[in-house]
Amino acid sequence: MTAEAPEALGHTRRAGTDGRSASSRAEADSRPAGAGGPLLVVDQLVKHFPITRGLLRRTVGHVRAVDGVSFTIGRGETVGLVGESGCGKSTVARMVLRLIAPTSGSIRFDGTELTGLSARAMKPHRRRMQIVFQDPFSSLNPRMRIVESVGEPLVTHGIATGAAKRRRVCELMELVGLSASDVDRYPHQFSGGQAQRIGIARALATNPDLIVCDEAVSSLDVSVQAQVLNLLKRLQQELGLSYLFIAHDLNVVRYLSDRVYVMYLGRIVEVGPSETLMAQPQHPYTEALIGSIAAAGTSGIRRRRIVARGEVPSPSRPPSGCHFHPRCPKVFDPCRTQSPPLYRLPDGQLSACHLRAEIAEGQDG
Amino acid sequence: MNDASNPLVSVRDLHVEFDTPAGVVPAVNGISFDIRPNETVVLVGESGSGKSVTALAIMGLLDVNARVRGQILNGGRDLVGLSDSQLREVRGREMAMIFQDPMSSLDPLYSVGNQLVEAIRLHSDLSRERAINRAAELLDQVGIPDPRSRLRAYPHQMSGGQRQRVMIALALACSPRLLIADEPTTALDVTIEAQILELIRDLQREYHMSLLLVTHDMGVVSEMADRVVVYYAGQVVETGAADRVLLHPRHPYTAALFRSVPSPTTDRALPLVAIPGTVPHPRNFPAGCRFHPRCELVFGRCRDEAVPLFALEGGTRHSRCWLAEGGDDAVAPRLSRDALMEVSP
Repeated sequence: MTAEAPEALGHTRRAGTDGRSASSRAEADSRPAGAGGPLLVVDQLVKHFPITRGLLRRTVGHVRAVDGVSFTIGRGETVGLVGESGCGKSTVARMVLRLIAPTSGSIRFDGTELTGLSARAMKPHRRRMQIVFQDPFSSLNPRMRIVESVGEPLVTHGIATGAAKRRRVCELMELVGLSASDVDRYPHQFSGGQAQRIGIARALATNPDLIVCDEAVSSLDVSVQAQVLNLLKRLQQELGLSYLFIAHDLNVVRYLSDRVYVMYLGRIVEVGPSETLMAQPQHPYTEALIGSIAAAGTSGIRRRRIVARGEVPSPSRPPSGCHFHPRCPKVFDPCRTQSPPLYRLPDGQLSACHLRAEIAEGQDG
Repeated sequence: MNDASNPLVSVRDLHVEFDTPAGVVPAVNGISFDIRPNETVVLVGESGSGKSVTALAIMGLLDVNARVRGQILNGGRDLVGLSDSQLREVRGREMAMIFQDPMSSLDPLYSVGNQLVEAIRLHSDLSRERAINRAAELLDQVGIPDPRSRLRAYPHQMSGGQRQRVMIALALACSPRLLIADEPTTALDVTIEAQILELIRDLQREYHMSLLLVTHDMGVVSEMADRVVVYYAGQVVETGAADRVLLHPRHPYTAALFRSVPSPTTDRALPLVAIPGTVPHPRNFPAGCRFHPRCELVFGRCRDEAVPLFALEGGTRHSRCWLAEGGDDAVAPRLSRDALMEVSP
């Protein structure tokens, strides 16, 4: 167990030791796990939810919400996870944070295997990973002053109480661009953008290494969304944070993420550096996602959308072979029967598409 | 587009205020725009800017605590102040509306066939049997497979995308001349959103409808709009042909809004050009130009003198900015991309 001594308040520790430049992030991936390896290594993660029927809650089947997902997050890296509703991205996030237990698979955080840890053994790791939710108001208690809400994790983890807690909350509020004099106000006195900053301040309270952003900017107004994205970037540079950034807006994901994983029906279908993946998608589903977002405002030109046929099937009855084949415009025979592996492509992208088999340099997972 | 013909709907100096326990909330202040036959007009703005209130006012669907002033002209009559029974004639035949959440307009206790047949028979004298045929035809038109058997389905048995299709079918039941769509795809996944927008476009052509689309999504604007009406804090701040407004905005808010959205070509190494501050609450809209506390081009008179809508480009577009007072030549250089790059940090 890597329990640390209670650290000094503030973020000075991280700035010196863990804050890495963008250029060293790429290397982090290839290094072996351990002190210098990736912060998070997720291997073959599976979550099946039972479907129960009748009085005796007999199990009649399983929803395969997450079906063998592997990924890594380097120190100081932002990894984007995209996909449509029901693809399992939020379930992955909840397993990483151990809010739910995986059916099988491994989650190594800074070298420690988290699966199977008791709640007690998990606690020192919990403070190092935090989450920011989509709706800032539903994640702040309307009857608690900001100093109590943001300071709650400090008390829970025995980091600070009383005047020390108050000092730390003031510091956090200023870190996220709010005023220290706001700490005695209630959530309803803030706008949506301000409330989301408060949610971020609370996530930062325990000085975490990893923050999971689950649609954290999706409910914000356009003019405010840019402010919060800039804040997340600045905090990452100042504090050396790693982000698992879950969102459905591909342009937002591209802007914030170093690498992007695309999920469809519980599986990873494509992985790549965010700019390459958006410019040269290597899986028909990624192409459909990109084609589905209309050209952004400033271009002024209407772009023809590639419309994926049909809807996302139920994860309780996923299609055979490649899960995407019933909607895929490029479907051919093997897609219907054989589940494609993740092919390793020459430019560093990974794609789970049979069409990439010929140019593949190998397989992954 | 049929530009020469008379507008189908003309909104003239529309004001909407809500009486609330905390006082009067002025949601919409002096809105004017036209919707011409077969045209797509998009109202774009952030939450609380008054775009949905405008749409509901046109449909006559505002709550009882709303006070409406101004005119909403449709076929020579003013819809403001019409009685409920008079409005029922307008709704359905003249105009129909779809919403962000289909479940808010579908009754969970009745099959979709039941609801469609009811809507069809309310506005026509078709027999029950012929109404059922028409209902199946409508479901087929909105892309629901196996429409005959889906008539018996209940809303909860359908996916979000399918429910939105059913709601569109309901709206089409009486072949309205104007379809009002308030954030119709905001709750849907992106691939489904693309399908629904395409469906709305196809049906618009087929039914020769005008479309009034309310959205906050710049992508949807560029995808759908013929003309754009940009809202900020209860007012129209800019109007014009979509391509002109998207490429050459003539109000600092529009320019800033478009620049703050990440695009596929945004430089990841640079911060986004965010608009500082937050959208003001209707109870305390700023004096002068309502955007002035957040505007990077603010100058003296913006702070205390309310701005009229200035006509630009021969009256084809408008801007509520003092910079536009001197015409297009005065405002255009200040809002060019290069000029704004110098202003912003």
